[in-house]
Amino acid sequence: MRRREFLELPAKSLGGLLLYTLAREPIRLQAQDGTVRVPLRFFTAAEARMVTAACERIFPADDSGPGSTEAGVVIYIDRQLAGPYGRDKYRYTKGPWVESIPEHGNQSKATPREIYRDGIRLLEDFAALPAAQQDAKLRAIEKTPFFQLLRRHTLEGMFSDPLHGGNAGMIGWQLIGYPGPRMSYREEIGKNPGEAWRRKPVSLADSLGHPVTGWEEEKD
Amino acid sequence: MQRLKPVDVVIAGGGWVGLAMAKELAGRTSLSVVVLERGPARRLKDYAAGMDEVDYTLRYRLMQNLAEETTTHRHSTGQSAMPIRQYGSFNPGTGVGGSGEHWGGLAYRYLPDQFRLATVLREKHGRANLPENLAVQDWGVTYDELEPYYWRAEQMMGIGGKAGNLRGQIVEGGNPFEGPRSHEFPNPPHPQTYLVSLFAKAAKELGYHPFPTPAATLSQTYTNPDGITRSGCAYCGYCLRYGCMIGAKAQPTNTLLPLLVKRKNFTLRTGCSVRRVSHRDGKASGVTYVNEAGAEVEQPARVVILASWTLNNNRLLMLSRIGEPYDPSTGKGTLGCNLTHQVSAATPIFLDRPLNGFMGAGGLGVTLADFDGDFGLDPAFGILRGGHIRIASGGEAPIASFGRIPPGETDGSWGSAWKKAAIKWWDRSASITSEAEHLAYRQNYIDLDPTYTDNFGDPLARLTLDWTDHERRQAEMTIKVQGMVAKAMGAKAGNPARRVGAHYSTVEYQSSHVSGGAIAGASPETSVLNPWMQHWRMPNLWVIGASAFPQNSSGNPTMTIMAMAYRAADALVDRYLKHPGALA
Repeated sequence: MRRREFLELPAKSLGGLLLYTLAREPIRLQAQDGTVRVPLRFFTAAEARMVTAACERIFPADDSGPGSTEAGVVIYIDRQLAGPYGRDKYRYTKGPWVESIPEHGNQSKATPREIYRDGIRLLEDFAALPAAQQDAKLRAIEKTPFFQLLRRHTLEGMFSDPLHGGNAGMIGWQLIGYPGPRMSYREEIGKNPGEAWRRKPVSLADSLGHPVTGWEEEKD
Repeated sequence: MQRLKPVDVVIAGGGWVGLAMAKELAGRTSLSVVVLERGPARRLKDYAAGMDEVDYTLRYRLMQNLAEETTTHRHSTGQSAMPIRQYGSFNPGTGVGGSGEHWGGLAYRYLPDQFRLATVLREKHGRANLPENLAVQDWGVTYDELEPYYWRAEQMMGIGGKAGNLRGQIVEGGNPFEGPRSHEFPNPPHPQTYLVSLFAKAAKELGYHPFPTPAATLSQTYTNPDGITRSGCAYCGYCLRYGCMIGAKAQPTNTLLPLLVKRKNFTLRTGCSVRRVSHRDGKASGVTYVNEAGAEVEQPARVVILASWTLNNNRLLMLSRIGEPYDPSTGKGTLGCNLTHQVSAATPIFLDRPLNGFMGAGGLGVTLADFDGDFGLDPAFGILRGGHIRIASGGEAPIASFGRIPPGETDGSWGSAWKKAAIKWWDRSASITSEAEHLAYRQNYIDLDPTYTDNFGDPLARLTLDWTDHERRQAEMTIKVQGMVAKAMGAKAGNPARRVGAHYSTVEYQSSHVSGGAIAGASPETSVLNPWMQHWRMPNLWVIGASAFPQNSSGNPTMTIMAMAYRAADALVDRYLKHPGALA
């Protein structure tokens, strides 16, 4: 049994949004210092800090709006890696393992968990570096399976339903104008051509009136 | 092995074909019918809770579990095949309803001349001018023979659209290139979105004939001839790769299953993986399967119907040693021959105005058949057959659609500048897509893999499949038209996705329309099945699905699969049951 690790986040950086996202997890909100402690399932606290920093360079907070840290992307990734996807439960993993041509896709034995563990080692002291050096470091590993997975997961964590732990407060959806999963556009379809239809997003749980469990919660 | 009480009919696979055959047999006769489905049962409320892009689009939660069984692929006989370890170029579904649950609901018919393609090509070009390794065949059934069955399937599902050829009369607004329809569609087309109307207008200005894509998502409340009432589409956008949470998209579970569960002579067993067809002296005697508890079970039956996905139908025949495996070096044998996929291409387009792309339905769109089949072929491309070109407001989910940026606007694919551009274009981008016919060639076939196995230790199906210049030229022709329409729409076109590259790729999604291997035809020398989907050499074995297509047409295969299934059901009920034996 591994020691319980927590990701500590300043509550004000999240605007309290993560509390909403993480409603089904025991969260200790330390009111005095305004810190949210999110229990980690896969990453160590140090790994989570590095991944947070790297995701933030991929999808940074800037004058266009919030970025991956505020959306809680690292929590999304942590849960995905801890779940069946992270250990390739639904991938064909019988041997022999042979390297092949690009048309045969990923033929590597490494699971997403292993790709992250190996990849994070390449980041070393990443969290402590200035942004320009962080970018240079990421550019150097751009072609690696780790970076490609990290980039993909960053977008997933930005724009997934909050049920998966990312897109806290649906800030990712607000950023692009996605209104969330809604039961009907019967009244809107084909109307007002060329005009943006924008509403405050709803989550799947909002739409259904009850919480929904993601596949990552599946027990082995 | 546990041996069950014999039944009259056992069906492997609980998708469109399996449940349609069960409904015809259990509804029209008193025969006992058992359907074996390896996946789980599903309910409508599972689908509402499944409006989630991560689990259903990105993690393929409705698809077959590749950890248990996948397919291997190689480009030619000299190579070792590799397993398709994660989902890519095609997505077979699992669970009750099969791929008919997660399909997009595009409900085209095939062109009449497709069913006589070998004859048509020979007559037009002369045998000597066709590629030497071309293996296209006539289907042994004509469009006219299938038409009533197309119509039956369209009524059952409540397809919406606009006829372009009504009993030989060309009708404005429909597809003027289609075969004659005996009836107007059961339902009107969907309303057009801004995106779709821009495409339709541009295509018309270019002199083409855009028509509403026939859609299995209802455009209004509809009661089918079986008395099943379903509500109209809500355009929620969770369509392709999702089950419909209100039952507006025709799925086996909302059209056929509700009737079947009322029949006492029908049994559905889920979690049951069929491994072999048992047979003796040229007669099938039932199937053996592994049930949910992991126990080996034998189900004896008088009639066996294979109704699983294309490749699974083939693999079951091969594992059961029924029929002579095809050998590409000699051309001998038929089982596994004529493997085809489809020739797809896409051009990303960028528009000035927002599209509200999250609203829509899989089949909400328009299609051009001006370059389909033998029509409008530009001699410069030197191709024998063309394909559909279309646009859809299929329902864009935010993750997969994020990051489409016009060429030259920003370098890289991450960081602040990229983020800003991706946000700007997220709801101003779409794709014009096409699917062209894939001709059959002698070198493309299915057999059993000598190395890789499934969770039971049985060999996987192996695809030997590659593109030829013909497919690359087909793709270039459709890309050229896509670019012309994009320009006429006033859109900026991005770099076309050339899915038909130097070699067939298992990585990028193309379509789930893999076909062939257990093909139907006019002669047992060149096909596995007779034109009624009955096995030439085993009259009480019927093998139904796109596995029976001698080559693949453009567009989506479901309606043709269903038309062939209904025709098979009629032959089975009206003729075979009266005089069991080979139908002549």
